[in-house]
Amino acid sequence: MRSNPLFLLGLGLAACMVLYMTVGVSGGWSFVLPFRAGKLAGLLLVAVAISTATVLFQTVSGNRILTPSIMGFDALYGLILTALVFFLGAQTAVRLPPVALFALNTTGLMAGAVLLFGTLIAQTRTDLLRMILTGIIFATLFRALTLFWQRMIDPNEFQIIQVASYARFNRIETDLLPLAALLSFAALAVVWRKRRQWDVLALGHDAATNLGLRVRQQTILALLLVAALVSVSTALVGPVAFLGLLVVSLARLCDGSETHARLLPIAALISAITLIGGQLVMEHALSLSTPLSVVVDLLGGLLFFFLLLKGRSR
Amino acid sequence: MILIRNLSHTIAGKPILHDISLDVPRSGITALIGPNGAGKSTLLSLMARLMPRQQGQITLDGHDISTHDTAALARTLAILPQIQDAAPRLSVADLVAFGRYPHSRGRLTVEDHQIIDRALDAFHLTDLRNRALETLSGGQRQNALLAMIFAQGTDYLLLDEPLNNLDIAAARGLMAQLRRLANDQGRTIVIVLHDINYALAYADHLVVMAKGGIAATGTPSEVVTEDLIHRIYGTDAAIITHQDRRIVDVGP
Repeated sequence: MRSNPLFLLGLGLAACMVLYMTVGVSGGWSFVLPFRAGKLAGLLLVAVAISTATVLFQTVSGNRILTPSIMGFDALYGLILTALVFFLGAQTAVRLPPVALFALNTTGLMAGAVLLFGTLIAQTRTDLLRMILTGIIFATLFRALTLFWQRMIDPNEFQIIQVASYARFNRIETDLLPLAALLSFAALAVVWRKRRQWDVLALGHDAATNLGLRVRQQTILALLLVAALVSVSTALVGPVAFLGLLVVSLARLCDGSETHARLLPIAALISAITLIGGQLVMEHALSLSTPLSVVVDLLGGLLFFFLLLKGRSR
Repeated sequence: MILIRNLSHTIAGKPILHDISLDVPRSGITALIGPNGAGKSTLLSLMARLMPRQQGQITLDGHDISTHDTAALARTLAILPQIQDAAPRLSVADLVAFGRYPHSRGRLTVEDHQIIDRALDAFHLTDLRNRALETLSGGQRQNALLAMIFAQGTDYLLLDEPLNNLDIAAARGLMAQLRRLANDQGRTIVIVLHDINYALAYADHLVVMAKGGIAATGTPSEVVTEDLIHRIYGTDAAIITHQDRRIVDVGP
């Protein structure tokens, strides 16, 4: 039964969603339902964006350990936001509607991703160690530059950036939800439509060229899609370091076939269950004593070490 | 017909190919031989647009390969590729099915399935079709890749040292298969060979490369002489004749 994992995971997700909407409701349903529905939609969007971005990034970079956040995509988002506040001034940045700020930030991230990672992937695809080192250097550089800039700006202005630099699943930026949803639906539609082509791209540069793919062009397209999806998740909840690695590795364990037509939905379902189920447990069982991102990053970080030590790039 | 004109190529400042002009005739087996570092693989990669062309021109049936639609090119020309280590866990049949991608974009038709089955059969992989690639030996994996480009069904096949990893039976089987493709279906096969004896026995045309240039071209019997081997490889090997066949004696 090849459809089994999808069906079971779908059932699991449905259960999580119903529980998330209904557990512990005291007082007016008319307030609670729309309030929780907004958060639920945000969590779903973030979950799918992160898992899809991770699958796609692993396909074009040709390994199974690296994720956009390990390579510093989230850090670059923070850096661009800081640069925007620095150059525009906080007054202007605040007066800009959040949607415009998000649009500017996303455009910046897409350009940066292609410039920085486009050439890197073309040159070092086969060299995992060099990719990891470059990723660590990029991420550290982006964070250091962000910190440096934040020191130079007014503490009040700093507030704006700080809000955006921490993962927070409790307070999702629901203002951005419509635009973020639009952008991620567009990106996800392109990813899904080209799912067979990603399978070919995963074979490597030479094999994909032989089968008639414009590898460089498609790699850049994939990086643009990854950047758009990372923008959505970072804008809604802030950077989440290891969620992508955790859920995509689980998805690969779950299904042997690894074609994108199966890997993408399975990873998305696992990701959504992790976020919504995790948030449910955090909010109600642990009464928010620990942020979900800490738990996810702890588990994901351990998995990252395990994969590295096991030398499992494949 | 593949026409190469004034092709030069440098990698990291080192000249690999120098002003090469070559005609690869339509249909038949053309073997590229020459010492290590002569530029054979680079030439083949350039012909298959795996690397961007720096100087010169390569045309295939009149189309410049660097400007021709690459998806259309994949239906006329195939090269035996290397598969990267981190490639997904694929079964043999999955890999061979990729050979049909240029034709059906991943939506396999009944005809595609027949072609895939025939390719698996031709390379004795039918029993292994559901095995994961990573569990196969080097030779079996090589066969799976060969079956993939066989299923691609192109008029032109470029093979870079396909006999590596193959035992003598598999190597002879492959060469005989290529012979049939050339004779029965008029396909054009360009193959890099290290063993001159295979080139002597199976090739229609021989291209000898040395130091990034073409040292000699012609039919195997006219090209391969003791003098040429001495000149190109810098070693003295005798050529003996056995039942009308010329054989390079590699004994001490």
